[in-house]
Amino acid sequence: MPREDFERNLKGLEDDVVQLSSRVENAIFKSIEALKERDITASQKVVDDDDVIDEEQQAIEDRCIDLIALEAPMAGDLRVLIAAMMVANELERMGDYAEGIAKISLSMGNLPPLKPLIDIPRMADKSVDMLRRSTQAFVNRDVESATAVLLADDEVDDIYEQVYRELLTYMMADPSTIQRATYLLWVAHDLERVADRTTNIAERVIYLVTGETKIEYPR
Amino acid sequence: MTIPNEHLSEDGSTGSKDIVLQVRNLNVYYGDFLAVKDVTMDVKKNSVTALIGPSGCGKSTFLRCLNRMNDLIMGASVKGEVMFENRNLYDDDVDATEIRSRIGMVFQKPNPFPKSIYQNIAFGLKVNGFDGDMDEAVERSLRQSALWEEVKDRLGDSAFALSGGQQQRLCIARALAIEPEILLMDEPASALDPIATLAIEDLVRDLKTRYTIVIVTHNMQQAARVSDETAFFMVGENRSGYLVEHDDTQKIFTNPTNPRTEEYITGRFS
Repeated sequence: MPREDFERNLKGLEDDVVQLSSRVENAIFKSIEALKERDITASQKVVDDDDVIDEEQQAIEDRCIDLIALEAPMAGDLRVLIAAMMVANELERMGDYAEGIAKISLSMGNLPPLKPLIDIPRMADKSVDMLRRSTQAFVNRDVESATAVLLADDEVDDIYEQVYRELLTYMMADPSTIQRATYLLWVAHDLERVADRTTNIAERVIYLVTGETKIEYPR
Repeated sequence: MTIPNEHLSEDGSTGSKDIVLQVRNLNVYYGDFLAVKDVTMDVKKNSVTALIGPSGCGKSTFLRCLNRMNDLIMGASVKGEVMFENRNLYDDDVDATEIRSRIGMVFQKPNPFPKSIYQNIAFGLKVNGFDGDMDEAVERSLRQSALWEEVKDRLGDSAFALSGGQQQRLCIARALAIEPEILLMDEPASALDPIATLAIEDLVRDLKTRYTIVIVTHNMQQAARVSDETAFFMVGENRSGYLVEHDDTQKIFTNPTNPRTEEYITGRFS
């Protein structure tokens, strides 16, 4: 087959994106687990491991730039490279949100828990599920699954709204909770942003398959 | 004559004011061999249309049909229409020489006359009965082909003293001197080094403000860089070339409609 080496490179690039996605998924999951368990060591590890995510994202970007410069990709090949570079960028930012959540855990230190965490882990589960599905859609070139991820974002937004109201109620009722409630609000906000960025990945998948950059949101 | 829908422009019209050439069901034969099969496409005014495709797909043959250059090839015959200013170029009463003065051609290898730089431009003008200010016409043509600054102090030198890239720009100046409406270019940069190639590409982009250009190229990056529209030709059954897809260059190189186009431009063609 013509361009076997280039084909291998494209496949390798996709594998790198999947690996990065898996690493980010793990970081989000661990950051929430550490928050729930008040595990300082685990939180610190999420913070430290973010460097690996940054390095992998940089490696994907470098690989894309090299392939664009050396292989002069066109059409579908070009879209794969552009999509991979943008998806990796989204993943790197999601890694930063996981790191942010871990840092909030570290800041909370030994403060007593404000309340049992229920909705925030739910948000995390849904966001991670969206991430997993968008990455799968990227690998499978699956516009339908990517579109489903776009729709799922509303659910995370709804939970975020709910968490926000609840925490506001705590703060109004007892100003001494403001610090702890604000920390949790930041966490919820980070998760809401994670979900938003999975929709960006889904949009890149639709671009990759159809060439369309302007995505009409299904309602 | 029925025009297949896929060849009509988006609004379905074929007679838009900005269309300068309308090719309809064009078939080109060399003797009994059908070299180009049933091509229907429009060429837009003041745009660059690139013709791409593998060797033997008929793109150069097709290009030569656009100014009846194929008349000069023994055994070549054409069926179909090439409409230019409401006339079919292949109608019996059309003067091929006059057509070639209005639809000029630049070839793969620079082919200056064995004369001075000045005479290379002036010769074509004289043959075409030009009686204006020759110095002014020569300078204008050389300026249009971005060669003036390099040769203005040595117009009497032999054209062969110029580099390959300069010779090609001289040939373009020669073609422009007689003020054609359309310029056909058959792989104009394939014999040139990369720097001279880029100079030709810059020139093509500049020239389209005044001329309509149709360019055959084997270099897909070149097609992507210089053209507004791209037509992809393929070799079909019985080795006849045919038009696969014609669209905006941006569309062809980012998201072509036909899988054969995608295969070709991504190098998966075998």
